[in-house]
Amino acid sequence: MTAEAGLIREDAYKYGFFDPEEALFKANKGLTPELVSLISDMKDEPQWMREFRLRALDYFRAREDPAWGSPQLKDIDFDNIHYFVRATDRDEQSWDDVPEYIRRTFDKLGIPEAEKKYLAGVGAQYDSEVVYHNIREDLEKLGVIFLGMDQGLREHEDIVKEYFGTVVPPNDNRYASLNSAVWSGGSFIYVPKGVKVDIPLQAYFRINTQNMGQFERTLIIADEGSQVHYVEGCTAPIYSSDSLHSAVVEIIVKKGARVRYTTIQNWSNNVYNLVTKRAAAYQDAVMEWVDGNLGSKLTMKYPSVYLMEPGAHGEILSLAFAGAGQHQDAGGKIVHAASNTTSTIISKSLSKDGGRTSYRGLLKVYEGCENVKSNVRCDALLLDETSRSDTYPTMEIDAPDVHIQHEAYVSKLGEDQLFYLMSRGLSEEAAAKMIVNGFVEPIVKELPMEYAVELNRLIELQMEGAIG
Amino acid sequence: MDNRPLLEINDLHASIGGKEILKGLSLSIRKGEIHAIMGPNGSGKSTLANVLMGSPSYQVTGGSVLFRGEPLTELTPDVRARQGLFLAFQYPVAIPGVTMVNFLRQALNAKRGDDLPIREFREKLFAKMDLLKVDQDFARRYVNDGFSGGEKKRAEMLQMAMLEPSMAVLDETDSGLDIDALRTVAEGVNALMNPEMGLLLITHYQRLLNYIKPQFVHVLIDGRIVRSGGPELAEELEETGYDEMEAALAASASA
Repeated sequence: MTAEAGLIREDAYKYGFFDPEEALFKANKGLTPELVSLISDMKDEPQWMREFRLRALDYFRAREDPAWGSPQLKDIDFDNIHYFVRATDRDEQSWDDVPEYIRRTFDKLGIPEAEKKYLAGVGAQYDSEVVYHNIREDLEKLGVIFLGMDQGLREHEDIVKEYFGTVVPPNDNRYASLNSAVWSGGSFIYVPKGVKVDIPLQAYFRINTQNMGQFERTLIIADEGSQVHYVEGCTAPIYSSDSLHSAVVEIIVKKGARVRYTTIQNWSNNVYNLVTKRAAAYQDAVMEWVDGNLGSKLTMKYPSVYLMEPGAHGEILSLAFAGAGQHQDAGGKIVHAASNTTSTIISKSLSKDGGRTSYRGLLKVYEGCENVKSNVRCDALLLDETSRSDTYPTMEIDAPDVHIQHEAYVSKLGEDQLFYLMSRGLSEEAAAKMIVNGFVEPIVKELPMEYAVELNRLIELQMEGAIG
Repeated sequence: MDNRPLLEINDLHASIGGKEILKGLSLSIRKGEIHAIMGPNGSGKSTLANVLMGSPSYQVTGGSVLFRGEPLTELTPDVRARQGLFLAFQYPVAIPGVTMVNFLRQALNAKRGDDLPIREFREKLFAKMDLLKVDQDFARRYVNDGFSGGEKKRAEMLQMAMLEPSMAVLDETDSGLDIDALRTVAEGVNALMNPEMGLLLITHYQRLLNYIKPQFVHVLIDGRIVRSGGPELAEELEETGYDEMEAALAASASA
């Protein structure tokens, strides 16, 4: 077999190709303490991390899936997953040094090209490990650290030890426990005081191995007055059996700092995507999640912001598109743990061909917090009669001086809107696309131009619905 | 062929939700002609406009419509538009998140069947905006989203100006406009009218016809055209009112 990537099916999901599996090491399926220790050994980790992992495994085994979660969670067979697949034992800083078949995959995904054009740094993860990362030299000189998480642990153990698992504790939820036990890869970012990274850093996650579990772990620390925008993208081949992606992302936004984290999730429709993303924002800090979910079989993901000190602001923009066989259970959580804090959640969801979207949100204001303002808006658009959308908003308000606005709308693709646009010469398909593009515009306009174009293209592919 | 009317409506019957609204309506419009259809509420004016454009809410149950000699009623609205038919809506709907400029560009390209280079498109758009006295930041706003009544009607005229239809139907374009807005919109229509084009004004009140002068006026009552005449018919109607005209017609029918 050659290293040529094979196409199993050419359809709307153009990232469905796969490479022959040429892993250096592929752990046997199944989850045991031996496996967890083996991962730690192979990474030559400090003892505290090994203990952290083993403790997390115990937590995972002791926990159940959340009662409110999708019934599809029951279909995940934890004994039938490869928890660790090492494609290459090196994390390169030049694409020329990345094994050719992997480089070709990322070429197809357009990553090296994008890096040249409009990114400050790129990380690329293939199965369990980061195979490439690089950052613009001038930023490196300013002290910005952008490494794979494993390398981050090796080179900056003191920082990692201080923050790792503090925002998302290993016993936070079942899938955070699982990630904490078997994590591998992800990004480690540190932005020093006052440094503003003006163009985005990007990480790209690719699953190649069948029945693979990808458990990347990302830690971002934005020191006082700093600024960074991190973007992640993800794709996987279309296999007949399912894969699991269960990441944990922890972000610390210190005084006056600003972090934006943008996700364009485009997993193939056989991936369970169960991710815990959380940020702690301190005095006058701003944390923004821009979360686009288009792919996967089931996504359960609620990016969160804990507003820890006065003046902090949290913002969550969530976009979900569920086509045939997909369930996007997305939303966000904002916790006001200090006075004079503000937050906004805007959720836009689209359902088509029997797809299902859910908005699940939590807004919490702790007792004693004064002058808190929050604005939550959820819009759902159903593109046909067979699709579904639900809203599960939870509010826990334990303080009196709170100004909250909450609006939720569900609408159907309107016959009158279609007729209006068609009366101007647009075909029915073009008219529907235009209405949908308009619907998602409030999210798309927040993206850098290249990603906005990509997202619009992905939505158009979904609209064409070549799936099934 | 050239002698044939642009729009030929013959004994048209149409209903909504099983209720017949148009009960045998006939009308012919030639190039260069301006016709006005006047009628009271519920007479079928808006039904006629929507049926001509192909609204899926209405069913054509009898009769025919020929546009440039070809049958129209089986065509979807987008095909009708691309063939040169235009309807200025009484109540244009909002399309949030879609800018006027994007909408107009896609609509124009759909009508042309090819992409007008962006530069030429902009020149054309700005020229039409000047013609209609529309502010340029209009182009950046979302289609009809948060527009005032007058802005909506002007947006309709801008679409008409860009798409340059051969047959335009204006459904109650005067409704909801104050006298200044009405004058501006009417001036726009007059500027867009040309000898190659047909125009059908649908209105309840005569006041629009002070600004746009039709050669032919028709009175629509209960789904049929009951009288046709010149501009003087509109004035007569203004004096007598629909009730009296209806009563007179009933009397002459039974006589």
